[in-house]
Amino acid sequence: MTETLRRPEKVLMKGNEALAEAALRAGCRCFFGYPITPQTEVAAYMAKRMPKVGGVYLQAESEIAAINMIYGASAAGARVLTSSSSPGISLKSEGISYLAGADLPAVIINVQRGGPGLGGIQPSQADYWQATRAMGHGDFQVIVFAPSTVQEMCDLVRDAFEVSDKYRVPTMILADGLLGQMMEPIVLPEALDEDDLPEKPWALTGTGGVRAPHVANSLCLVAEDLERINRARFARYEDIKRDEARAEQYRCDDAELVVVAFGACARVVKSAVDAAREAGIAAGLLRPVTLWPWPGAAIEGLLDGGGVVRRFLTVEMSMGQMVDDVRLTVNGRLPVDFFGRSGGIVPTPAEVLEQIEELAVTGGDAA
Amino acid sequence: MNPSTTSRVIFQRPRGLTDAPFSYCPGCTHGIVHRLVAESLDELGLTDTTIGVVPVGCSVTAYNFFNCDMAQAAHGRAPAVATGIKRVHPHATVFSYQGDGDLAAIGTAETVHAAARGERITVIFINNAIYGMTGGQMAPTSLPEQITQTSPYGRDPQTAGYPLRVTEMLSTLDGVALAQRVSVDTPRNIRAAKRAIKRAFEYQRDDRGYTLTEVLSTCPTNWGLNPTEAIAWLQENLAPYYPPGVYRDIVADGFQNVAEAAAAKRERLGETK
Ligand SMILES: Cc1ncc(C[n+]2csc(CCOP(=O)(O)OP(=O)(O)O)c2C)c(N)n1
Ligand code: SF4
Ligand SMILES: [Mg+2]
Repeated sequence: MTETLRRPEKVLMKGNEALAEAALRAGCRCFFGYPITPQTEVAAYMAKRMPKVGGVYLQAESEIAAINMIYGASAAGARVLTSSSSPGISLKSEGISYLAGADLPAVIINVQRGGPGLGGIQPSQADYWQATRAMGHGDFQVIVFAPSTVQEMCDLVRDAFEVSDKYRVPTMILADGLLGQMMEPIVLPEALDEDDLPEKPWALTGTGGVRAPHVANSLCLVAEDLERINRARFARYEDIKRDEARAEQYRCDDAELVVVAFGACARVVKSAVDAAREAGIAAGLLRPVTLWPWPGAAIEGLLDGGGVVRRFLTVEMSMGQMVDDVRLTVNGRLPVDFFGRSGGIVPTPAEVLEQIEELAVTGGDAA
Repeated sequence: MNPSTTSRVIFQRPRGLTDAPFSYCPGCTHGIVHRLVAESLDELGLTDTTIGVVPVGCSVTAYNFFNCDMAQAAHGRAPAVATGIKRVHPHATVFSYQGDGDLAAIGTAETVHAAARGERITVIFINNAIYGMTGGQMAPTSLPEQITQTSPYGRDPQTAGYPLRVTEMLSTLDGVALAQRVSVDTPRNIRAAKRAIKRAFEYQRDDRGYTLTEVLSTCPTNWGLNPTEAIAWLQENLAPYYPPGVYRDIVADGFQNVAEAAAAKRERLGETK
């Protein structure tokens, strides 16, 4: 490992490069990917750096191959990373299901672009449902982190590796093209040593003739056994829901209108909230940092905390997906409105402010 | 025989196999090939440093049979899974064991590219010209006119295309150190298959490149034949279409590894230096 990789340092970095550098500093020495805009810088960065730090970089023949290389490398005990954008993530979904079924950790980056189909290459959040509801076939979840700054692109990668290894659950960084392409000054953390990485006593390493064979497998043909395995996995999900859900609140304490937004969209909303405050509207921002586990407790806290909040507005770069979770949590107790832009359009602060102002005018008698 | 002679073991289960009973139908040759793989690994002293990858197909549960670390791969993806393992543990012996549907239909891309990369893995390819596990549908290697559940009037190349000769196809790739086809229809051929499989593992041990060993196999159950008839059908139909033999062997060509062989080829083609 080179010296420059080791120490913490302040740098100006593109979001996609921050993802890659953070993974290296988290001890990841195995990257398999396939080019797709707007995440290709992750692969390019890894192609450049991996050979220098004695790691594995391989451009696979497809996202399908890449995720299955990840499956093999993870089963072999390595910290592994793959990265793609929306259409490529669809191709990875079978493999992600197998990772979940075999209890294998892995970090998967999705720098989202507009869809469906080939869609566009502009930033989007339209893979929220896919990430939180249907990342593949079968009964499983992946842990989903939603960075909102380049600093978080870096920090959440480290966290993603930690929780993925801890719970043996595939974990996703759900970013978008805006975050991937933007540059911001960030502080890179000190790199982990190999000794800092968690032991993986279950890994495939060869038996050495001293232990029983290890098997990485998701097949279970006896329905009762499969149900038992799934129940055990969902019991772990309960721990994850209890301990890992994260949200950030901004000016929510006295907010009558709370805007819920994640990722790049939350940056826009933050500006709109400030503008609303200047116009005398008590608005706040609630930003889920984990999308699964869903930080519903943060919303509950606002609902129970003295009853200042009168309504919610969800703003997304999609036709409205996360708003489902907000509504499930609020459960009819207060109105939940939605504003979104689709196809790769990032809403402007002015647009969001307009929504806030409209709701503030009508908000009084809505509840 | 002198009754006082102490008894001596002359035949037993190889160490490379567990004592789990095989799940295969009577007369199925999957079990024979498992044994040949395990014996080869044992004889080369590699069993304890081997990691195997099993496919989706009748051999999906072979992780119970091989006495080494094992991964079960998604349908067709065994070469990619094996690649991931081998890149993390370059000194381990990594093999994939795949049927024709797995290797030559859904997994063709992974197969071709693992071979093209010269991935240091040993691929064992069970060609029984049918989808065994799912009950006898047409495979990419099903023969013209072959009747299967999904080619009930016989495979018509006009609409269903032609069978893939995978070993021939892969033998054109620079990453391939050894591409060979064997059959397990007679004791003699089984012995030859054993030598071939062992050789493939030796090539991996010696870091020569990718190896493919195609094994002509039977599926009496889905061919609708008894075990003896199935062997005869293999001999009369499969073997002529898929002639056993060595299709590429860089060592026989005078090279140590695929890099050497590829460099010589480039030179021959006048592209280098
Ligand atoms: C993605 C996917 N598609 C289809 C299947 C169903 N399936 C299971 S095994 C199989 C074919 C196996 O045939 P082959 O590879 O020739 O192996 P054999 O059973 O003949 O040894 C199919 C299509 C599956 N499990 N997964
Ligand atoms: S179905 Fe065919 S390939 Fe599968 S175990 Fe039976 S005989 Fe063998
Ligand atoms: Mg078959």
